[in-house]
Amino acid sequence: MAAGIKDKVAILGMGCSKFGERWDAGPEELMVEAYLEAMQDAGIEPTQIDAAWFSTHIDETGTGKGGTPLSLALRLPNIAVTRVENFCAGGSEALRGAVYAVASGAADIALALGVEKLKDTGYGGLPVGQAGTLIPQWAPSGSAPGNFAQLASAYRAKHGVSKEDMKRAIAHVSVKSHANGAKNPKAHLRNAVTEEQVMNAPMIAEPLGLFDCCGVSDGAAAAIVTTPEIAKALGKKDIVTVKAMQLAVSNGLESQHNSWDGSYFHTARIAARKAYAEAGIQNPRDEVSMMEVHDCFSITELVTMEDLFISAEGRAVMDVMDGFYDADGKVPCQIDGGLKCFGHPIGASGLRMAYEMYLQLQGRAGERQLAAPKIGLTHNLGGAPSQNVCSVTIIGAHGA
Amino acid sequence: MAQQSIGLTAFGGYIPRLRLQRKAVTQANAWIAPNFLGKGKGERSMANWDEDAITMAVEAARDLLGPDDDRSHVDALYFGSTTMPFKDRLNSGIIAAALTLGEKVRAVDIASTQRAGTSALMQALTAVKAGEAKHALVLASDHRKARAASAQELEIGDGAAAVSVGTDNVIAKYLGGASLTIDFVDHFKGEGEDFDYNWEERWIRDEGYSKIVPRAVKAALDNAGVKAEEVKHFILPCTFGDKFVQQLAKKSGIAPETARDTLAGNCGETGAAHSLVMLVHTLQKEAKPGDKLVVLHFGGGCDALVFEATDKLSSQSSKRGIAGSLANRKEETNYLKFLTFNGLIEWEKGMRAEQDKKTALTTLYRNEDMIMGLVGGRCKETGVVQFPRSRISVNPNNHTVDTQEPYKFAERKAKILSWSADFLSASMNPPNHYGMVVFDEGGRIMMDFTDVEQGTVDSGMEVRLVFRIKDIDEKRGFRRYFWKAVPIASEQTKTQAAE
Repeated sequence: MAAGIKDKVAILGMGCSKFGERWDAGPEELMVEAYLEAMQDAGIEPTQIDAAWFSTHIDETGTGKGGTPLSLALRLPNIAVTRVENFCAGGSEALRGAVYAVASGAADIALALGVEKLKDTGYGGLPVGQAGTLIPQWAPSGSAPGNFAQLASAYRAKHGVSKEDMKRAIAHVSVKSHANGAKNPKAHLRNAVTEEQVMNAPMIAEPLGLFDCCGVSDGAAAAIVTTPEIAKALGKKDIVTVKAMQLAVSNGLESQHNSWDGSYFHTARIAARKAYAEAGIQNPRDEVSMMEVHDCFSITELVTMEDLFISAEGRAVMDVMDGFYDADGKVPCQIDGGLKCFGHPIGASGLRMAYEMYLQLQGRAGERQLAAPKIGLTHNLGGAPSQNVCSVTIIGAHGA
Repeated sequence: MAQQSIGLTAFGGYIPRLRLQRKAVTQANAWIAPNFLGKGKGERSMANWDEDAITMAVEAARDLLGPDDDRSHVDALYFGSTTMPFKDRLNSGIIAAALTLGEKVRAVDIASTQRAGTSALMQALTAVKAGEAKHALVLASDHRKARAASAQELEIGDGAAAVSVGTDNVIAKYLGGASLTIDFVDHFKGEGEDFDYNWEERWIRDEGYSKIVPRAVKAALDNAGVKAEEVKHFILPCTFGDKFVQQLAKKSGIAPETARDTLAGNCGETGAAHSLVMLVHTLQKEAKPGDKLVVLHFGGGCDALVFEATDKLSSQSSKRGIAGSLANRKEETNYLKFLTFNGLIEWEKGMRAEQDKKTALTTLYRNEDMIMGLVGGRCKETGVVQFPRSRISVNPNNHTVDTQEPYKFAERKAKILSWSADFLSASMNPPNHYGMVVFDEGGRIMMDFTDVEQGTVDSGMEVRLVFRIKDIDEKRGFRRYFWKAVPIASEQTKTQAAE
């Protein structure tokens, strides 16, 4: 097995725009907002950046396809800019590109930036995309909530969970994220809600109601990475390093082979195992201090707790109801509000997750600061349960 | 040895399960058409939004053919309809692809008249008689539109029938027939028109049916060498009421009580399919070995065919046919839903419906058996079944290369693994139900559900697969077809409820 990425790359600075319905800002303004914060945090000049990775998903708003939108918006000094796209996991892919560039020695300092301007499409939810010429001729013309909702039916059938118990457990997932998001000034949704409110909300895709779905938001997030040595030389203290970066991609097993039961993410389990091995984590339930997972829908977060081996299989409903993942629980999850309340500007989300872990590790998370976290995990998913890409990244204090 | 008898060798039928309650129609339209209030009785069959003449014909044909994969014996396919979805694209070719018939099948579309079903049957009889076909499949299907608040809206039903013609296992021997061709224009539908234009009913009844039908019956009976009084079943689609049909039988020298149910009360007239729909219904419910039947269809003259049921009729007892289809019913009282399904209302489908439905015809052809026939792959080495077929097998234990042979899924047993009822995505009949369907013998497909009873779906439920419209490309006049899953318990629940 390869030596892995552990402690080879440090985060020099990060930035994140205010997420939400940013009627005031186009993609350029959002990019600049995240970039300037990251640059100020890093304390470097633009000429010190060797290369950049740029993540954005929706082509229709003019930020897609190439590297030019980033280079133009930030007036980068004609450096390499690579546009990456891996569905909703693009943000983590941009970070992976930058981290690998630094680890390889090809770059001393690299930038990763993700942006999405969703609120120029006219849709309430996510816009409908084209999936080539073959898939639309047979696959259901469904939606993201309709695809993820199916986890609930399969999970219930497998573990014998009643409709009512499942509905309440996923409601608690959202209640927790709303409570967290209320404390985050950059979050899209900042209102606390009750389980009853969540359970009585209009149905979107059974059993997911409105509050089981994440915010559809505009936003950008950025990271500047370098080697721990350069970070130290630049005067950084409390250095945060990357411990693991894994990406697992479906090969058709879930959608075409009857060995998958539809109740979990096959890829997440593979990515998590590899990431723990890379980071040297033996017992994730004890060693992971906090997590930002891809809670596009409440049910996604619930089953992911098992896929990351934090909850034992079949025990996620109980752990959720016991408050294990609440802000005051053993492994706080979505402490910044998550996709649910911080929001989900697709191309930026993976970097937004890392941003929160980074702030928490540095003790800079304000009202929502956790007590002495050591290891943060981000889980960033793209696609649907039956066919997806799943990224697991672990960051922590240098030497932890 | 007696001369080899030619005739019907099997039958099948399909009536969509939705039954629009006529009272719901007449009451909604009472403000504009109070004259129809008295017609607000009984029910008419109503196709789901994703059904058309082709999909209904496929269902009737599947009923006839049964679940066997091997359909290579079918060497001719005659499809009669006045509502073929394509003006220029062989509609029977689409049906042949859905049924996975071989490419050597002679497929013919017969259209432009209510007689299309009986004319298709006559063509098949002629071909078999001439020895040019051995096993001919005859399908008749119609999904006609009518203007809101019209008499036709109440009289019409949607449905399809299938019969096969051959020399083995003849269930109804063909004795003879005749066609009268007379340009009597009781109604017409001109180029580019969606709706019929109808002339006065009294003239159609007195000058049309009353004078033309008895002449056709006589010509056919003469041709068959059968006396009128021998006829036990007088089968004539007609919307002028049972009494009038009985009078026509009598006028033809046939006992009035032999006039068979036009299914006006519980189905409605299924256009060009209706003579065969009534024939299948009669063969299921009333005909006995030795009975002679006259099958008629009026339109631009009149077709008349004479059959004699044989003792092989019992071989068809397991068929759903028309009787079984009529028993599987769900009452629909929402007239606006009927108008919407028939494209008679401009409704707000939402921004998600703006997605371009342009179909890449190259892709369609390259994947024809997959999309039209629901054919996947089976690994010759490991036996692992998958959809779609691929060069490298999905089998996680052995990714064999180039080992897959075609494998048909459409008639296999399957269950729901996971599902959702989605209110967000664009749908002609929200909520949009879809999910992962897992086949008992291997393989799985994420697919749309249809004919769903909302609130009854759950993991583990059995499904039956049906060939339906997938998407309609309104911009280009094209429609995509694919297979969908019908949760079976919901059908049973409804049948029980109806009982």
